[in-house]
Amino acid sequence: MASPTQHTSEVSHARPILPVLEREKLILSGRSYHWITARICGVLENQQPVLWWLLFIPSAIIAAIGVGGGLFYLVSTGVGVWGNTNRVMWGWPIVNFVFWIGIGHAGTLISAILFLTRQNWRTSINRAAEAMTIFAVMCAGIFPAFHIGRVWMAWFLAPVPNANAIWQNFKSPLLWDVFAVSTYFTVSLIFWFLGMVPDLATIRDRCQPGIRKIIYGILSLGWRGGNRQWSHYEMAYLLLAALSTPLVLSVHSVVSFDFATSVVPGWHTTIFPPYFVAGAIFGGFAMVLTIMVPARFIYGLQDMITMKHIDNMAKIILLTGTIVGYAYLMELFVAFYSGAIYEMDAFKFRIAGPYWWAYAAMMTCNVIAPQVFWARACRENLWVVMIVSMFVNVGMWFERFVIIVTTLARSWLPGDWKTYAPSGADQILFVGTIGMFLTLFLLFLRFLPCINIAEVKWAKRESDPHYEDHIEHPDPGVIKEPAYQHELAQHSAQQSPIGNLEPQLSISK
Amino acid sequence: MSNTRQRVYGYLAEFKSASALYKAAEKVRDAGFKQWDCYSPYPIHGLDGAMGIKRSILPWLVFCGGITGTCTAFTLAYSTQVVIYPTVVQGKPANIFTIPAFFPIMFELTILFSGFTVLFGLLSLIRLPRLNHPLFASDQFKRATDDGFFIAIEARDGNFSSTGTRDLLADIGGSNIELVVEEA
Repeated sequence: MASPTQHTSEVSHARPILPVLEREKLILSGRSYHWITARICGVLENQQPVLWWLLFIPSAIIAAIGVGGGLFYLVSTGVGVWGNTNRVMWGWPIVNFVFWIGIGHAGTLISAILFLTRQNWRTSINRAAEAMTIFAVMCAGIFPAFHIGRVWMAWFLAPVPNANAIWQNFKSPLLWDVFAVSTYFTVSLIFWFLGMVPDLATIRDRCQPGIRKIIYGILSLGWRGGNRQWSHYEMAYLLLAALSTPLVLSVHSVVSFDFATSVVPGWHTTIFPPYFVAGAIFGGFAMVLTIMVPARFIYGLQDMITMKHIDNMAKIILLTGTIVGYAYLMELFVAFYSGAIYEMDAFKFRIAGPYWWAYAAMMTCNVIAPQVFWARACRENLWVVMIVSMFVNVGMWFERFVIIVTTLARSWLPGDWKTYAPSGADQILFVGTIGMFLTLFLLFLRFLPCINIAEVKWAKRESDPHYEDHIEHPDPGVIKEPAYQHELAQHSAQQSPIGNLEPQLSISK
Repeated sequence: MSNTRQRVYGYLAEFKSASALYKAAEKVRDAGFKQWDCYSPYPIHGLDGAMGIKRSILPWLVFCGGITGTCTAFTLAYSTQVVIYPTVVQGKPANIFTIPAFFPIMFELTILFSGFTVLFGLLSLIRLPRLNHPLFASDQFKRATDDGFFIAIEARDGNFSSTGTRDLLADIGGSNIELVVEEA
């Protein structure tokens, strides 16, 4: 062993030493595999904190009254109880549909696109974000299903032979939407479930024999964690990521076709698909932060969802928010530069008409509010992050309101001009879906692993099978410089950051 | 009653880390075993090569599933819109030039069928779901989904011997070596 060591040291003298910036650690405090298992499983094994009940009971009541009661009233009376009028026929239901379907997009972005681009920080947040996708699409699906008028006729949307002997119009963006949204929900569900199988097996193996063990055992499909399983499983995960990436881009593009393919001023623009997709990711990340920042505190997950994760999400919000702002301005510019008088009038109406407050809210919340994330201090202050996320949640709802309501309220014929206001039934159903979303998410925290246990373990440095070789034979030509890490900078007074950055070799127990 | 018959599943040995498991897997592979597996709480990249496992055939299945989806959507749309029941709606034609309007649904069904092929293809390749497995009889095996790294060599492998395999596992750094038996 002596001669190779001498050889490498000679080489290191011969060439200059290269400084290499280390990657930020994604798991802090050198947590062991067992700690990760115990902490994540603890969320669903231990008694829920009082706060969980304080959130769950009102959410469940709101969901029952809003969605259960609201839909019962709607179906038993008729869709006339909604505020939709003859021209503004889409009204709140479609505003809420586009809002919720957009929320889901961050989940697929995190699980698919960040997987393909090898962004390992996704591992701590992808499970919760995917759950959010599923629940948001469920909330979204309610609106178009009941907006068709007679919900018991919803099966007419499916391409099956029916008594009228008329087939669905495959040339219509509305039918494309049916296929896009149902495919999105199905594939997201498969992705979410397959990703959860190894973690469900972890929970199964921690359960005492009993009904819980049987349920988790069935859900985990008998997973053993053998490499002959992992090998196919990894391929399946990669394939699902590769399938979901174009899928997520297509879903909101197709939703935007509902607008863009119609010959209506303010809708008939080619910028709609990319602008809708960017907006969906923007709004979705805001919702991820809105939910994960409190959950991280309540369940003590700070060592897995670090400030680096929040920083990255804030940067994505800044980027997509700026894209959305560019799209808003480009819409205005094209309306002006095209010389199309109806297009320009549509935008004048949006900005200065009776709905000016909605346009102003959209601009403030979506374009101006995220700009504070240019400053690192704002990205590291969780109060600022939460407030900006709430602004974005509100702003994205107003974006859809502006697009749908202000456009339909001023169509081609002055005789069609209306001022739209939602009815009580509209409002109660929308509030109900918020309750339903929170209820489902709280139940998810209660019964399913909210962080991807297997992938978080995989993101540890010693999980690399060549890790010990790298420690034993370090590259003499490089000198590693520790990356900036918010937590370490904060605690540097108590302990040496270098000592903390040293990877820890304690592996089992 | 001790007259229940037992069948030997194989030897199970624990390794202390992913690196140790990787090096041990290379040696088990070189010893010529075929019916064996490495168990870990997370996927270890590179272990396929160390075990001598071929690349998964799942992509080919999914490709076929995806093509089926494209063809299904095209057939469904073209036959109903153009062949069987040509309806001109919103001035859109009902002939061969209608095809571009079918692209979104062709795309969505491609993804949908591929997604289902991934799910069912994966389950058939890894032979799940199943309700029980002989390895679950081992108490220490519970740690395979927590923080344990294991190698199990099955008794049905031609190279298996009750002493030789045990010695091999001990030589390559295995600890807690256990003979896993199942009730037959």
